[in-house]
Amino acid sequence: MALLQISEPGMSAEPHQHKLAIGIDLGTTNSLVATVRSGMSTVLQDPHGHALLPSVVRYMQDDQIIVGHQAESKQNEDPINTIASVKRFMGRSLKDITNRAHIPYRFVSNNESEGVSQGMLQLETRAGLKSPVEISAEILKTLKLRAEKVLGGELTGAVITVPAYFDDAQRQATKDAAQLAGLHVLRLLNEPTAAAVAYGLDNASEGVYVIYDLGGGTFDVSILHLSKGIFEVLATNGDSALGGDDFDHRIYCWILDQILESNQTKHLLNEEDTRLLLTKARQVKEWLTDNYEAQITCKLSNGYAVDVTLSTDEFIELTQNLVNKTLSPMRKAMRDASLDLEDIKGVVMVGGATRMPHVRHAVQEFFEQEPLTNLDPDKVVALGAAIQANVLAGNRSDEDLLLLDVTPLSLGLETMGGLVEKVVPRNSTLPVARAQDFTTFKDGQTAMSIHVLQGERDLVSACRSLAQFELCGIPAMTAGAARIRVTFQVDADGLLSVTAREETKGIEANITVKPSYGLSDDEITNMLKSSFGSAETDKQARALVEAKVDAMSLVSAINIALEQDGHLLSTEEKGPINSAITRLEDLLNNEDNHAIHDATEALNTATEQFAAKRMDVSVSRALAGKNINEVNL
Amino acid sequence: MSQKYFELFGLGQTFTIDLSVLESHYRKIQSAAHPDRFVTATSAEKRESMQMATLANEAYQTLKKPASRAKYLLSLNDIDATQETNTAMPMDFLMQQMEWRESLEDFKSLKDVGGLDGLAKEMHQAAKALATELITLFDEHNDLVKATDTTRKLIFINKVCEDINKAITQIED
Repeated sequence: MALLQISEPGMSAEPHQHKLAIGIDLGTTNSLVATVRSGMSTVLQDPHGHALLPSVVRYMQDDQIIVGHQAESKQNEDPINTIASVKRFMGRSLKDITNRAHIPYRFVSNNESEGVSQGMLQLETRAGLKSPVEISAEILKTLKLRAEKVLGGELTGAVITVPAYFDDAQRQATKDAAQLAGLHVLRLLNEPTAAAVAYGLDNASEGVYVIYDLGGGTFDVSILHLSKGIFEVLATNGDSALGGDDFDHRIYCWILDQILESNQTKHLLNEEDTRLLLTKARQVKEWLTDNYEAQITCKLSNGYAVDVTLSTDEFIELTQNLVNKTLSPMRKAMRDASLDLEDIKGVVMVGGATRMPHVRHAVQEFFEQEPLTNLDPDKVVALGAAIQANVLAGNRSDEDLLLLDVTPLSLGLETMGGLVEKVVPRNSTLPVARAQDFTTFKDGQTAMSIHVLQGERDLVSACRSLAQFELCGIPAMTAGAARIRVTFQVDADGLLSVTAREETKGIEANITVKPSYGLSDDEITNMLKSSFGSAETDKQARALVEAKVDAMSLVSAINIALEQDGHLLSTEEKGPINSAITRLEDLLNNEDNHAIHDATEALNTATEQFAAKRMDVSVSRALAGKNINEVNL
Repeated sequence: MSQKYFELFGLGQTFTIDLSVLESHYRKIQSAAHPDRFVTATSAEKRESMQMATLANEAYQTLKKPASRAKYLLSLNDIDATQETNTAMPMDFLMQQMEWRESLEDFKSLKDVGGLDGLAKEMHQAAKALATELITLFDEHNDLVKATDTTRKLIFINKVCEDINKAITQIED
């Protein structure tokens, strides 16, 4: 995907300088930013000493946008323009949101891409239509600003966490939001894996651990094998639409029932009432963690005074089936990892919703051991993300931390009869690539439609559609003679790209899966333009600066590589690289960003063989190092 | 499948492998080649890293399990173990197959998870025995014809195990 590259000026920092890298936990209810300072992962606070930023965005009358506590406090007054829990809408269409009637927003379906009835939904606010990506970007911008202020410099990049069970559309939406916020995304990291990093490194843990992560809107369970700094995910499962919000919602519905019972006239709630009762419900849930009973009193817009009391027993009865909904993913993950209960060394609780006693109790009963709750379930994900960001930015020279994560959902292609043929099974270690061959079924067939799906079910209709594309220009042959090889590549962010190739004639089609739920490149470009609000000349100047920064950092990286491993190349092989460097350096005095861009690409191409040789050498070095250790043992 | 998976991990091309060496070498390679090590690298290096890490994952998964390792060894000898051949499965195995399938269907219709678990254990035992057989066939007798038959049996058993898991998941949902 040819998105605008937003290079941070910080990217051109000297190689040995400490780079400012952050980890962001973009949560349903709260978001956090953390960084590693003097070897310690720390959550960064705002000037008022708050670590948690409520994930609430308010669009004001004067075009201002307010994020966090201040927005949260206005939720009841201005619910339509004050968006909370936007994470639940990321990469989702209108039909995915089942309980819309009880959410106080004005949803709009986004049908502009023709033929696709399932574009990502939008919300109507006084500032116009806002997509979940734009709203999330406001939260990310706020955290970025906080980090820049506290750290006092430009950021090299950020690791953004996502629920492990997020599908491709939700991951892509998150990455788009980060880009829109002007962040350089080092990696999308799964939340339970981030928690495992923070927990595992702190406790020097070895063995198999389960991370039970019940957040505001999502549930993940990941099983990891921890050994000598390598965090290997064995299996992951979850429900990307189950979290603390649903518990609030059950209480909310219960309050409504009480109102109806005590008062025969039907109360029509307006948006303010809905938001007020949802807020009350959340307070009740939190109160019941340490108390047996909660009283709910408030006044509705029509003057009706609510006064009801909910006991812990009633609360458990209302929500036990939500807790039970987390059991099936746990069983599946255990089965996928081929593990028995006695193999599990510890169960780590993550996410604010795991504070509820009956959740802890259910987990304890399932794993037959007391879960570990000795870390702040709200902060551990951000702390882990910061540790990973620090490693990725290259601040740690000792390469002793490695995360091997998996793809949560199977990927497949539609075949005859509306069935899905699995190509990449769930829980495959990333990065992963798989190829599948297809053929034509009619004489002279020149095009083929390819439909990519994600999910575990056999029927197309029961899986999530990621992308549909036409492979055109297949040479006309008799039925069954063409050989079309479709390759799926899932990268370390868990994002999919698909390549299709006709093998007999070598016709290639390259597709990065941009799901029907995602934003088009044009949309992102437009959003970026409007957010910069800059004139055409500014854009030109910016593009030129970016091209130069890219070029200089490439030249410096290649010069370092040549210093280290130049001996791998013969003089003849070095020639083209050196001349490509000279050409690029000459252009740097120039003002032509396209020429600089092209020369940068040319230099990249000239170093492909060198990169391959260096990779082979570093792999053999890695193995040789191991052999020496074995001898020493 | 022309890549030399054994060579990548510094292992000899035999059915019997030291799994602890496979695992430790896999981790060493990923420590050096994983895309996380190349976040700030040039695009040529990023591409190399992605390819190497992908290859290491595929090679590791293939060699780790007896059935896929046997299938891969046969493919290096131009034998496709998944293809139907003239040599039919022996009668007793075919009978056994039918019995397993029938029990699977019975337990499934009774929604008997315990029964399915028991059946899975029985299948695992059978798979273990076949894997032991493969050691002799590949590494002692180099009998690729018999090894192909045994590999096909093993692949079949794994398929039934998968179906058992699917059935359990369906019942539990």
